[in-house]
Amino acid sequence: MTSKFRTKKVEVSYGDKKAIRDISLDIEKNIITALIGPSGCGKSTFLRCLNRMNDVIENCSIKGSIHLDEQDIYGPDIDPVELRARVGMVFQKANPFPKSIFDNIAYGPRIHGLASNDSELKDIVHNSLEKAGLMDEVKDRLNDQATGLSGGQQQRICIARAIAVSPEVILMDEPCSALDPIATAKIEELMNELCQSYTIIIVTHSMQQAARVSKKTAFFHLGDLIEYNDTDKIFTQPENQKTQDYITGRFG
Amino acid sequence: MTLPLSFVFFVLLGLSVYFYYHAKSGIVRKAALLSDRTKALPSHYGQQSFLWAFIPSFLILLVLTIGGPNYIDQIFYNKIQELNPTFNESFVSLILAKVINVSNGKISTGEENIIMLAKDYKIAFEQLHFFRGLVVILCAALLGMIISYRQKPGSNAREQVEKFIVNIFFASAVIAIFTTVAIILSLFFEALRFFNLYNFFDFIFGLHWAPNVAIRTDQVAAEGSFGMIPVLLGTLLISFIAMCVAIPIGLFSAIYLAEFATPKIRDFVKPTLEILAGIPTVVYGYFAALTAAPFFREIGFSLGLDVSSESAIAAGAVMGIMIIPFISSLSDDVIRAVPQSLRDGSMGLGATKAETIYIVILPAAIPGLVGAVLLAVSRAIGETMIVVMAAGLSANLTVNPLESVTTVTVQIVSLLTGDTEFDDIKTLSAFGLGLALFFFTLLLNIFALSISRRLAERYD
Ligand SMILES: Nc1ncnc2c1ncn2[C@@H]1O[C@H](COP(=O)(O)OP(=O)(O)OP(=O)(O)O)[C@@H](O)[C@H]1O
Ligand SMILES: [Mg+2]
Repeated sequence: MTSKFRTKKVEVSYGDKKAIRDISLDIEKNIITALIGPSGCGKSTFLRCLNRMNDVIENCSIKGSIHLDEQDIYGPDIDPVELRARVGMVFQKANPFPKSIFDNIAYGPRIHGLASNDSELKDIVHNSLEKAGLMDEVKDRLNDQATGLSGGQQQRICIARAIAVSPEVILMDEPCSALDPIATAKIEELMNELCQSYTIIIVTHSMQQAARVSKKTAFFHLGDLIEYNDTDKIFTQPENQKTQDYITGRFG
Repeated sequence: MTLPLSFVFFVLLGLSVYFYYHAKSGIVRKAALLSDRTKALPSHYGQQSFLWAFIPSFLILLVLTIGGPNYIDQIFYNKIQELNPTFNESFVSLILAKVINVSNGKISTGEENIIMLAKDYKIAFEQLHFFRGLVVILCAALLGMIISYRQKPGSNAREQVEKFIVNIFFASAVIAIFTTVAIILSLFFEALRFFNLYNFFDFIFGLHWAPNVAIRTDQVAAEGSFGMIPVLLGTLLISFIAMCVAIPIGLFSAIYLAEFATPKIRDFVKPTLEILAGIPTVVYGYFAALTAAPFFREIGFSLGLDVSSESAIAAGAVMGIMIIPFISSLSDDVIRAVPQSLRDGSMGLGATKAETIYIVILPAAIPGLVGAVLLAVSRAIGETMIVVMAAGLSANLTVNPLESVTTVTVQIVSLLTGDTEFDDIKTLSAFGLGLALFFFTLLLNIFALSISRRLAERYD
């Protein structure tokens, strides 16, 4: 059991307002970890710390330390741009670029120079689409606009786009919040396959989803990490009363 | 008793407002009597009454005010002609004009007949005004009363009021299109007169522009030559120089403002740029003639180049400066309108800020950017003042930015100002130039739009 991320006493504030405080947890390699908690409790904020997307937000400051493979990602010798290539992100709302399907997937490999020629690039794109379970649906229209796809297909484009960069970790912020049960099932299936080679961290509002896909679950409440344990444990015999209340739907 | 226009108008307005409140409170009372709910809001019934009282009467007022005097003139014209059947048309018109002036007290005369007619004329006008006031006020009162009386809680006033408002929007759109078409048509027909006098192909392909025809008929002068190429080339040259200055600076400053500047810097820079847009072009003209032109001359001199004292490059460069705020301010808005989620998506994949900007943001912003540039180009092509002051009037056939050139708009101004007759070839050639300019900008617009459609990446 090796840990991929190790966070210690992480605290994030927007201006003077603390969004999360004192978050210390280890995230294991090659499993799915779920972050749950009521709206506004800081799940997205925590997720964005892991690939330094908070840097882009003005007035956002972070304290504490986060290590990726024993390397401090807020250290002076870390380039956030390179970090984000290692730690990919899929957002809550599908945000394909207004380009062709092919160009969407090829975007990351192109900017990182992952393919030395056109046929390699093609292979990467095809592989990523294959892994995202989208190949059959779009193989005849790789040159069509990605924005013309359905919401679920767009979200899987975004996942394929993240995979194409071959990251070590994929962060997913409520990837299924706008999807129907069938598309959701497809994405969950996909996550299950992906976690053999990637570390996946997913934010979700659906207890069932967390219970179905994740191996470990962290429960956040009002900026605090209340409980972090094996998913089975959290959902069957939570240690904290707040966790108990939340997963049984008594608040949040 | 006289009823002047302003008096009638304010009475009409007052009546209409009265009927607004009358209908509004009336419908509430009626509804209470029937213990019923009104179908629309009380104010809708008020608006309906207002419109019925105001609009038809206002239209009558308009027609009588515009058409009435013409009608009276026509009657007096006929009268004068009947009295003196031997007079020809223009003489009758002359007498009529005299009658009108006498009746206004502008001139006085001893001629009995004219004084008589002038008195009659004055009386006719007073009658017209009285009639106008009476009809308008009566019509407003009557219609207002009828509609207020007929309104029932169940009648749908809202529908009628809203339909009316839609019609106002429609009418405005029609007026806008109609006036544009009318302007183009008038330009077209005047230009046609020019092409009757001057060969069309000599005009559009001619390489020599020298509109020096005789100003007075007894003057001897060279035959004018109207080849528009040098003038059009001057416009192109100056606009091109202006765009070379304005597009890079404007676009880059917009990117800086939208993507890199802190809010503090933005709050300072953007208003400053907008002040730049508010400077009158004459001031830019001074600047071009007194500062930029000598500056370029000096630089040219030190490089061993001969720069004319009025040069295309001075005018073009200053025009470019003038246009910068248009491009940067509009482009800034356009770039900021690209959704943040696209930026996040790109950064989340490990793209740098620069990569994000030129692979994702700019392509998504292209339609708006093209719009901004088009607006700026139109400004450049239409700009006159700077060119008059800094680039001169001589129509040289050249693309050398160091020489003096002239532009289409400058030529139009110089052709049409001063004592000119509106049917000689020199004046008419201005309309030829106007039409050419119109088609040129039209082509430019079509071209730019098709490019933007090809390059655009539409986000939703
Ligand atoms: N850009 C920001 N600027 C200021 N405050 C922010 C910003 N983003 C988040 N916050 C604040 O930080 C807190 C945590 O927000 P966060 O987005 O992490 O919540 P969340 O758990 O993801 O909620 P949800 O489930 O609704 O997405 C909230 O109180 C929010 O108001
Ligand atoms: Mg969130």
